[in-house]
Amino acid sequence: MLELTKTIYKGASFLVSKTDASYLFTPEDFTDEHKMIGRTARQFIEKEVAPYSEEIENQNFDLVVKKLRKAGSLGLLAHSIPEAYGGLGLDKISKGIVGEMIGPSGGYGAAHSNHTCIATLPITYFGTEEQKKKYLPKMASGEYIGAYCLTEPNAGSDALSSQTTARLNEEGTHYILNGTKLYITNAAFSDTFIIYAKVDGDHFTAFIAEKGFPGLTLGPEENKMGIKGSSTRSVILEDCLIPAENLLGEIGKGHAIALNVLNLGRFNLGSACMGAAKYGFKKAVQYTGERKQFGKTIAEFPATKEKVAKMAARIFAAESIQYRTAGLLEEALGDLYETNDRNTVSKRLSEFAAECAICKVFGSETLDYVADEALQLFGGAGFIKDYGIEQVYRDSRINRIFEGTNEINRLLIPTHLFRKTLKGDLNLKTKVHEAMLQLQNPESSPYTGPLSSERERIDLIRNLFLVCSGLAYDSFGANLADEQETLMRLADLAIGLFAAESAVYRTIKAVEKNGKENEAVKIGLAEAFLEEVMWDAERLSRTLVSQLTADDHSRQLQKLIIRECTRLQASDNNFLRNRSIADYQNEHGEFSS
Amino acid sequence: MNIYVLLKRTFDTEEKITLSNGKINEDGAEFIINPYDEYAVEEAIQVRDAHGGEVTVVTVGNEEAEKQLRTALAMGADKAVLINIEDDVENGDQYTTAKILSEYLKDKDADLIIGGNVAIDGGSGQVGPRVAELLDIPYITTITKLTIEGQNVSVVRDVEGDSETIETQLPLLVTAQQGLNEPRYPSLPGIMKAKKKPLDELELDDLDLEEDDVEAKTKTIEIFLPPKKEAGRVLQGDLADQVKELTGLLRTEAKVI
Ligand SMILES: Cc1cc2nc3c(=O)[nH]c(=O)nc-3n(C[C@H](O)[C@H](O)[C@H](O)COP(=O)(O)OP(=O)(O)OC[C@H]3O[C@@H](n4cnc5c(N)ncnc54)[C@H](O)[C@@H]3O)c2cc1C
Ligand SMILES: Cc1cc2nc3c(=O)[nH]c(=O)nc-3n(C[C@H](O)[C@H](O)[C@H](O)COP(=O)(O)OP(=O)(O)OC[C@H]3O[C@@H](n4cnc5c(N)ncnc54)[C@H](O)[C@@H]3O)c2cc1C
Repeated sequence: MLELTKTIYKGASFLVSKTDASYLFTPEDFTDEHKMIGRTARQFIEKEVAPYSEEIENQNFDLVVKKLRKAGSLGLLAHSIPEAYGGLGLDKISKGIVGEMIGPSGGYGAAHSNHTCIATLPITYFGTEEQKKKYLPKMASGEYIGAYCLTEPNAGSDALSSQTTARLNEEGTHYILNGTKLYITNAAFSDTFIIYAKVDGDHFTAFIAEKGFPGLTLGPEENKMGIKGSSTRSVILEDCLIPAENLLGEIGKGHAIALNVLNLGRFNLGSACMGAAKYGFKKAVQYTGERKQFGKTIAEFPATKEKVAKMAARIFAAESIQYRTAGLLEEALGDLYETNDRNTVSKRLSEFAAECAICKVFGSETLDYVADEALQLFGGAGFIKDYGIEQVYRDSRINRIFEGTNEINRLLIPTHLFRKTLKGDLNLKTKVHEAMLQLQNPESSPYTGPLSSERERIDLIRNLFLVCSGLAYDSFGANLADEQETLMRLADLAIGLFAAESAVYRTIKAVEKNGKENEAVKIGLAEAFLEEVMWDAERLSRTLVSQLTADDHSRQLQKLIIRECTRLQASDNNFLRNRSIADYQNEHGEFSS
Repeated sequence: MNIYVLLKRTFDTEEKITLSNGKINEDGAEFIINPYDEYAVEEAIQVRDAHGGEVTVVTVGNEEAEKQLRTALAMGADKAVLINIEDDVENGDQYTTAKILSEYLKDKDADLIIGGNVAIDGGSGQVGPRVAELLDIPYITTITKLTIEGQNVSVVRDVEGDSETIETQLPLLVTAQQGLNEPRYPSLPGIMKAKKKPLDELELDDLDLEEDDVEAKTKTIEIFLPPKKEAGRVLQGDLADQVKELTGLLRTEAKVI
C-alpha cells in the first residue's frame, strides 16, 4: 500500500545526520484506503464502544470481549497478521491509523491494542508454521484473545531477571512451568498467554500457553486507577504443563522476542496516546467554546488560547513522529510477513528501537500534558466524573509506566547510539567534531526555500546533542551507563530533536506541495513546537556542559550555546502566532492541521 | 436481481459552509456519501444478499466522487459507475442529473433502483422521482421498510411522521428515508477488496448525450448564507408579563405570528 523510495535509512540516524523531507512519511501521504480504514476504526469506536463506556468502565468483561469480536469481524484485529493466516497483512501505516483511532477508548483500547500487538506479534514473527496456522486465524477474528506475560513480582523493569522456570518433563512431551506473572493485561478473558520463563533456570525462553492448560490459574482482578475496562491480573503457574511444540522461537532466545515485539508495542502505544490526546483536546475546545465567565467564553481568553496552541503544537509533533516512524517500520518490516528467518526478523524489529522508544515516551507525555491541561480548562467540571475528562486523565497515566517505563525507554535512546559507536557502526568522534565546528563557525543562511530558518534550528539542536554526547563519552567512557542524569538529558535532547525535526520536515513537505499560503496552519504549529524545543535544548545542553566540563572550557561553551540559541530562536510575534493557532483550532472544534 | 443505487457526493454534515465569490467554498472541505444514499447502499446490499443479483452504484459528478464510490464498493456493492460531467456541464440542476441517469439506466433492465430521499446539500428530493418518470416505472419516496417477494413489493413510507403501506411490483424506484436501516461501515477486508472491484467511468458522449440535452431547467440567481443566529434571551418578570412580551416579540421581531 505504501510506496516509499527504499532508502539506506538506518535506525537512530536522525541523531547524527540531516534528514530529507522526501524520505518522510506524513499523514498528508495517506492513500484513500488509509483514510477509509481510519474512518471505519473511528466509527467503530464512536458507535460500538463509546456508548457503552460506563459498562466497560464497570468491568463488564463479557461486553469487552463482545466488542473485541465485533472489531474482529470488521478486520480491526487482523491488520498486522499475514493474509496466509487469516489476516490482512496491511502496512504499518494502517497499524498506526487503527492504533490512533482506538486510542480514545481507554480501557477498551488497552485491551484491543494489547491483543493485536504484544500478544499476537510474537506468534506472527517468531511462530512456527504450525503455531501460526493454529493461532493466528483465531487471533485475527477475535475468537481468541491474547495476553503477554513478561512482568513478575521481582522482575519489572529488569524483565530479563525473570524467576519463572521451565523444565522439560522426562517423557519430553511437555515443559513444566513454575512462577508468577504480574499485572497481565487481558488475563481474565484471554485464550492465549505468551509466557517467558527460564529453561532449566537459565535460558530465557518464550512459550504459548492456553487457558485451561493444567496448572495455569489467575489471581484476583487488580483495583486500578484507570483503564478499568481492561482486565489486569496475575497469572500463576504451578507445575503448568505446556506441550513441547508450544515453545516459541528458540531456547535461550526469549529476549529477542520479548524486547523486539515491545518495539512495535511502543510504537503502537504512541499512536494510541496521540489519538487519545486529540480526543481530550477536542473535549476541551468544545467545552471552552460554550462555557462563559466574565461575559466571555473561556476560549476567548488569551491564556486559554496559549494553552490550546501549545497542546495543538504538541499533538502535531506527536502525529508527525508517529507516521514518520510508521513509514520507517514499514520499510524495515513490510516484506517480512512471509519470512521464517528469525535473525532477520529480530534485526529489523530492533533497527528502529530508538524511534519506537521516542514514540512511546513522547506520545505518553503528550497525552498526560493534554489530559492535564484539558481537565484544567474544564475548571471544577474537570474534576467531576459526568463531564468525562476526568477519565481521560486517569486513563492516561498508565502509559508512562507499562511497555517499559519512560525512564527505561529514555535510557535506551542514547545507549542505542553509544552501542553503535562501540560496535564501530558509527564514527561519533567525527560527527561530534563537525558539530563543534558548526557551532563555532556557523554558515550564514545555509538554506533557501521554505522554513529555512527552522531547518537551521533543527541542525543546531542536533549539534547540541552531538557536542553533549561527545562530552559525555569523553568524561565517562565505558561507565556512561551509570551516569543516568546525563543519559536522561541526552535522551530529552534526542526526543526534542526527533519530534521537532519530524514536525518541521513534514511541514516543509506540505509547503513544497501546496505552497506557503495553504499550509500556514502547519507552519504555525511547527514553529510553536520548535520554540518550546529550542528553550528545552538550550537548558539541557547548558546543564550538561556545566556538569561535564571544567570551568574555562565550560564558560566558553556556554557562551557559544547562548549565542547560537539566541541567534536562531524564533522571533517576536510568538504570542500572536499562538493566538491565531488557537483561533483556527477553535473554529474547527477539534485538532486540525 | 439487478439493483442500482443512485449516489451523490456531498459536504460532510460537520462542515461549516462558507461562500467566496458568490459560490460555496469547497477548498479543504471533507466530503461524504450523501447520508440518505448510505441507506440506499445498505438496503441494496441487503436485498442482494437475500435475493441474489448484483448491486451497481452510479453517480453523476467529477473525478473526486470516485472516493465515495469506492466507499460504497467497500461496504459491499459489486460495481460502480462514475458519469463524469466535469468537462461538459457547467451549471447542472436536478433535471440534468436525472436526464443523465435515466439515459444511462434505460437499457439496463434494472429491477430495483434505490436513491436517497434528498441530498443534504441541494435538498430538492427530485432526482429519484424524475429518473422514474423518465424511465416510466413506478416510484415511492421516503421509504422506511422494503419487503420483496418474487415480483411483489411491499413498502412502508414515511408521510410526515405517519406511515403508509403501499404494495406494488418490480421494476421500481424507491428513495430511502432515515430509519430504513442502519448503514454498515466498510470492514477492512471490504476496503481492500474494493480496490479490485470494477469502477467504470463514462462521459456524456458515451451516453449519446449532447450538452444541450441536459441543460439545466433552473437558474441560480443568488447564493447566500442564513442569517447569523443571535444569542438567546431570557425574559424576566411576572409570568403573565413574560407571555405578553413573548407574543409581542414573536409578532414584531421574529414575525412568525
Ligand atoms: C495496568 C497494567 C497493565 C500491565 N500489563 C502488562 C502486561 O500485559 N504484560 C506484562 O508483562 N506486564 C504488564 N504490566 C507491567 C508493567 O510493564 C510494569 O509495571 C513496568 O514494566 C514497570 O515495572 P515495575 O512495576 O516492576 O516497576 P519497577 O521496575 O519496580 O520500577 C519502579 C520505578 O523505578 C524506575 N526504575 C526501574 N529500573 C530503573 C533503572 N535501571 N534506572 C532508573 N530507574 C529505574 C522505574 O522507571 C519506575 O519509575 C502492566 C502494568 C500495569 C500497571
Ligand atoms: C471538589 C470541588 C469542591 C468545591 N468546593 C467548593 C466550595 O466548598 N465552595 C464553593 O464556593 N465552591 C467550591 N467549588 C467550586 C470551585 O471553587 C470552582 O470550580 C473553581 O473556582 C473554578 O470555577 P469553575 O468550575 O466555574 O470554572 P471556570 O471559572 O468555568 O473556569 C474554567 C477554566 O477557565 C479558566 N478561566 C476562567 N476565567 C478566566 C479568565 N478570566 N482568564 C483566563 N482563564 C480563565 C479557569 O482557570 C479554568 O481553567 C468546588 C469545586 C470542586 C470541583
